[in-house]
Amino acid sequence: MSEPNGNGTQPQLTAKDYKTDQEVRWCPGCGDYAILAALQGFMPELEIPKERIVFISGIGCAARFPYYMETYGMHSIHGRAPAIATGLSVSRPDLSVWVVTGDGDALSIGGNHLIHALRRNVNIKILLFNNEIYGLTKGQYSPTSPRGKVTKSTPMGSLDWPFNPISLAIGAEASFVARAIDTDRAQLTEVLRAAAAHKGSAFVEIFQNCNIFNDNAFDFVREDKENRIYLQHGEPVRFGPGGERGVRLRGDGSAEVFEGDGDALVWDAHHPEASPAFALSRLTRDTVGATPIGVFRDVERPVYDDLMDDQLRAASEQKEGELGALLAGGDTWTIS
Amino acid sequence: MAKQAKPVEQVDSVIVRFAGDSGDGMQLTGGRFTSETAVLGNDLSTLPDFPAEIRAPAGSLPGVSGFQVHFADHDILTPGDAPSVLVAMNPAALKTNLHDLPRGATLIVDQDTFTERNLVKAGYDANPLEDGTLDGYDVHTVPLTSMTLEATKDVEGVTKREAERAKNMFALGLMSWLYHRPTEQTVAFLERKFAKRPEIAETNKRAFHAGYAFGETTEDFAVSYEVKPAKLRPGTYRNITGNQALAFGLIAASVKSGLPLFLGAYPITPASSILEELARHKNFGVRTFQAEDEIAAVGAALGASFGGSLGVSTSAGPGVVLKSETVGLAVALELPLLILDIQRAGPSTGMPTKPEQADLLLVMFGRNSESPVPVLAASTPGQCFDAAVEAARIALKYRTPVYLLSDAYLANGSEPWLLPDVEAIPDIDAGFTTEAPPDGDFHPYVRDDDTLARPWAIPGTPGLEHRIGGLEKQDLSGNVSYDPENHDLMTRLRAQKIAGIASDIPELEVDDPDGAELLVLSWGGTYGPVAAGVRRVRGGGGKVAHAHLHYLNPFPRNTGEIVGAYDKVLIPEINLGQLRKLIRAEFLVDAAGFNLVRGLPFRASEVQEAIEAML
Repeated sequence: MSEPNGNGTQPQLTAKDYKTDQEVRWCPGCGDYAILAALQGFMPELEIPKERIVFISGIGCAARFPYYMETYGMHSIHGRAPAIATGLSVSRPDLSVWVVTGDGDALSIGGNHLIHALRRNVNIKILLFNNEIYGLTKGQYSPTSPRGKVTKSTPMGSLDWPFNPISLAIGAEASFVARAIDTDRAQLTEVLRAAAAHKGSAFVEIFQNCNIFNDNAFDFVREDKENRIYLQHGEPVRFGPGGERGVRLRGDGSAEVFEGDGDALVWDAHHPEASPAFALSRLTRDTVGATPIGVFRDVERPVYDDLMDDQLRAASEQKEGELGALLAGGDTWTIS
Repeated sequence: MAKQAKPVEQVDSVIVRFAGDSGDGMQLTGGRFTSETAVLGNDLSTLPDFPAEIRAPAGSLPGVSGFQVHFADHDILTPGDAPSVLVAMNPAALKTNLHDLPRGATLIVDQDTFTERNLVKAGYDANPLEDGTLDGYDVHTVPLTSMTLEATKDVEGVTKREAERAKNMFALGLMSWLYHRPTEQTVAFLERKFAKRPEIAETNKRAFHAGYAFGETTEDFAVSYEVKPAKLRPGTYRNITGNQALAFGLIAASVKSGLPLFLGAYPITPASSILEELARHKNFGVRTFQAEDEIAAVGAALGASFGGSLGVSTSAGPGVVLKSETVGLAVALELPLLILDIQRAGPSTGMPTKPEQADLLLVMFGRNSESPVPVLAASTPGQCFDAAVEAARIALKYRTPVYLLSDAYLANGSEPWLLPDVEAIPDIDAGFTTEAPPDGDFHPYVRDDDTLARPWAIPGTPGLEHRIGGLEKQDLSGNVSYDPENHDLMTRLRAQKIAGIASDIPELEVDDPDGAELLVLSWGGTYGPVAAGVRRVRGGGGKVAHAHLHYLNPFPRNTGEIVGAYDKVLIPEINLGQLRKLIRAEFLVDAAGFNLVRGLPFRASEVQEAIEAML
């Protein structure tokens, strides 16, 4: 994490300092409000001067986010935020760069940019507001909508098999993968904190309720808290009333839920292998009626931005760039 | 080398074409011959011509790779229309190039490759060396391969196959003798190139010397030729390709603006060599980012621009179309961004290694809504340097994306380049806004009175935190606005800003020594052939004026006046009339077109004929 201004006189900021004068224009009751409040509340903890924080978004309801954050920001084009943020982050390692995106933005039109930013481990924090629907275009199914979803564009039910964003991010070599719920502010803040502390790409899926076009999509964990499988590094994975249900790995590496006593998997978010995290990501509403919340994966890997800086430094140390010498390189001849 | 014992003939210019299989090293051979020629002080111009396939089947027609170099004792403008000498390394090379060779020209062939099998591959029913096909040419059949093997047989540790591959150096040696080229640099080059395998260096050197000696001793070549150095402007020169000059120009713009260069690129022919060149100069703080696709490449460049870098993306037509939405965003954001389109023949994948000028209307209009973008076009390989610096200046000063057009002909072609005085290249002031206004309220869309450019406040600047985006913005404040009158105003302001650049660029110059009635108006990479065609017409007593556009949007402020001052206007283009459409629409001038879209540069003779047909 970066140092404050350095002069030590920076006044302590509060959530209020991160609010802009713009009227927030999400639908009343939208889950985005809770996420915005959580983020504004968390920002002061970063202890980074707000002029060094940048929010970049694509297109969609979630993408309006930068307008409401009193930092630098760019509301860009559909799906491209990870690419734009990559250019900004690698050219300005002094900045804290955040991407706000949605399930259509990140996983449909911008899928390519997302997976490549993750595999490169660019130092950006990606917050994916997943509401399993296209909201801004008024209610078409999205790449995370369950198959069979009846929407305006799928009156007989959608045919698409959905993406599991956590599985996708892990498969894309992400070094940090986590999930949170819009209304669970304490846990969301905890995940944001871990994401901010992580060096490299951090991918956070946030279950976000769209009360207009896809209300109650996440009720199985949003309302029914006993279905939340909280992942705590170093703790056995247990959930349900009194922790009566546990999660363990089968011999084939897949995860299963069991009842009662028995050895639950002790969660290791820093496991060098991605397989256990992937196995847990397969525990979903559809497979076990419950799903993990928290940090799936948090491993150290060289950060793209640093690697590029290292090359620039090494090249400059070897030979300082001198324009005249560059142009006159190779065979030259003089005419008098 | 030994003294020339045979008669020497003086000639003023020569066009040599090396042609062989993709694996025969013709580009290297041509490049070395060019370097020898440059050092001798001839003016020169080169044109590599290679297939998109890396190695098409050996001996096949699609696998033929060529390199043409034109050199002279006076200043020249093109790589030449028709070779005076063709070196054909196999039957396929002969077949694909012979039609360009005028009767009487010199033809050197490797007779060892004219086997039954190779003749079939090249589609010859009979051996052209024997059936009269080559009647009227000055044919030299040389057993290049076997003499190369003979000359290198004593070198240890080299396979027959490796020795055979040195035959291009035998050919180079022979040509070096024939045209009195200096040989020291080539020997030094071979030692450098094969430093890790001295036996290969030795093989190539022996083949090179053997070729030279063969020329001296064989009776087949009765005379050799000398081309005196050209009287070029005094100064230090190097040979440079268009893409190399673009890369150097971008670095120069970075140095002169003090902004770090960020290149986002995705590999694409014929633009990739800019990425490769820039990746070698990280010591200038150049960040090269090979993105996952064309869209990410330009997106990352725009992100870097937002952060205060000189953001650049390089591509060719099929990649440029993918960048359109990001360029549109840059128009709305009013951030500097450079997009280099190295045009190639299309549509779709088209002919990737061949030049064309048909992306002009794409870069002018290929975006949704009213989204004006300045467009510049480079005219020669060396001028690519100036064009890159100028495009960067406009992008930075006016906070706008800028398209710079080049093409496959300029990209790979080369010419002697007078090294610029780096001190004399003007500084470019990025003019960041660093202080909050007295009332503390920063308005990102307040405009400069002269340029209409908006302030550029980069992240990290305290007190100037602001948000920008692709939604329409309110004048001054930059807040999201759906107000109808505001949208009309912003649309006009964006258009005015770009149109106003006309007052900040040089006027169009006309070359009209004789008071002509016909103006030839060209743009971009056709400069050389068109100027050469104009010269030929004048050489024959014809009166013709010539003007060449480096700025396509906006046009130089006197363009209308100039095109209106001539009775007739001819616009030669390697497209079906794109500039002509713009000129006619803008200035109501009934311009005629000369259009050939073959994936080839114009020949000077074709331009000459087109002009003479209008006189």
